[in-house]
Amino acid sequence: MMLIPCPWCGPRNETEFHYGGQADVACPGDPHAVSDAEWAGFLFFRDNPKGVFTERWMHRSGCRRWFTVRRDTATNEIHDAGAHEDEERTVTV
Amino acid sequence: MAPRTPGADLPDHPDRLWRSADPESSYDVVIVGGGGHGLATAYYLAVNHGITNIAVLERGWLAGGNMARNTTIIRSNYLWDESAGLYEHALKLWEGLEDELDYPLLFSQRGVLNLAHSLQEVRDGVRRVGANRLNGIDAEWLDTEQVAEACPILNTSPDLRYPVLGATWQPRAGIAKHDHVAWGFARALDLLGVDLVEGCEVTGFERVGDRVIGVETTRGPIRAGRVALAAAGHTSVLADTLGLRLPLQSHPLQALVSELLEPVHPTVVMSNAVHVYVSQAHKGELVLGAGIDSYNSYGQRGAFHTIERELAAAVELFPMFSRAHVVRTWAGVVDVTPDASAIMGPTPFEGLYVNCGWGTGGFKATPGVGWCFAHTIANGEPHPLNAPFGLERFTTGALIDEHGAAGVAH
Repeated sequence: MMLIPCPWCGPRNETEFHYGGQADVACPGDPHAVSDAEWAGFLFFRDNPKGVFTERWMHRSGCRRWFTVRRDTATNEIHDAGAHEDEERTVTV
Repeated sequence: MAPRTPGADLPDHPDRLWRSADPESSYDVVIVGGGGHGLATAYYLAVNHGITNIAVLERGWLAGGNMARNTTIIRSNYLWDESAGLYEHALKLWEGLEDELDYPLLFSQRGVLNLAHSLQEVRDGVRRVGANRLNGIDAEWLDTEQVAEACPILNTSPDLRYPVLGATWQPRAGIAKHDHVAWGFARALDLLGVDLVEGCEVTGFERVGDRVIGVETTRGPIRAGRVALAAAGHTSVLADTLGLRLPLQSHPLQALVSELLEPVHPTVVMSNAVHVYVSQAHKGELVLGAGIDSYNSYGQRGAFHTIERELAAAVELFPMFSRAHVVRTWAGVVDVTPDASAIMGPTPFEGLYVNCGWGTGGFKATPGVGWCFAHTIANGEPHPLNAPFGLERFTTGALIDEHGAAGVAH
């Protein structure tokens, strides 16, 4: 059981949250303007690092707000949620 | 059923069945991953295609990953034609595999019940039985009374929160002893002269342009005519070193066993709605599994609330299990695809083939994977049975959507 730091409610049990997968996945503005491969990339392809992963969680049983967490997928260690923009990222592209 | 000593019908523990080889500097084929799929692939490369200059590289000990962590359920009652073809081919191979490998696999065709707890599940189940029959797969629809007959310890009373309204029944489904399957393949491979290299982690690839010509490992570089990935949950980590993006997410999948009990459970029971699947191993443990933990992880451990939910479901369906004890829980790392079907075929890199994305259901496919993946590697193009399972389907949109459709329970 992980303690997940909700930026508004503080650390709570994992059971209170819904997982949203990789953060910062942008939907192509005009789906007709992208290639099939680019559209597939948006629909189906996500980073899957063994290491630090920037991901979305939603506090389902609390404030019901979405937020971003940086977690190490090998150890489940959670990094500072607030400073994620500046930290190095583990991504596959 | 007469009382008996749990495990009395198990064979004695075997002597050393294979030599743990040191890697040579080059091979015709290097297979990355010494689990069931990697071993079976090497076996059929040797037997069907005459290629024996093979190394199977395993970063830990042989078959110590998901091959040691699964719940050993074997069935082929999938909805879609593509899946039915591949899994039924695997099941037919299972039916002859003990003779083929000349090794006891404790393959037991005790049947599988996939329970339906709602009108929609009844409709889906009846539809799947029809689809299975059209594909020549044994399948029946059982009503509640027939379910009770097939598995008397199941609570089929109408006062359950989610009562059992019926079930699909595949009599030829069953279980096998997973370690024995790995050992049987490993023993056969050893006799065929294939190198099984344990404690050898692949850390990258040797390339000339877009051609893969070998692997870098913790035991030095190894050249290879062809490289085949069978690395399950860690496939993305390998593919990342090439910049090859795969539509995979790695999750923990937990399972657990009870203490050794007298035989009480005659078949395999799966329920998607309350979400648990249960069989009883030959030795006597109840073997239970359920869904993945929701988040990405390579940790080979999951959260207790997942176990708690699974056990709540199990006790609801099998009231007598409330007297059993959880002896061990564990997790494997499973690579899940967006359509809950595997990926098997060539890659954009020449000489590199991938078999991954089996998610929560790879064990049952073991010999079928070996057969088809070996064909793919030997011929440079997929076998007709795995042609629909190529990486390109995520771009073309020709998905094989087994989410829910086949009782795939993620």
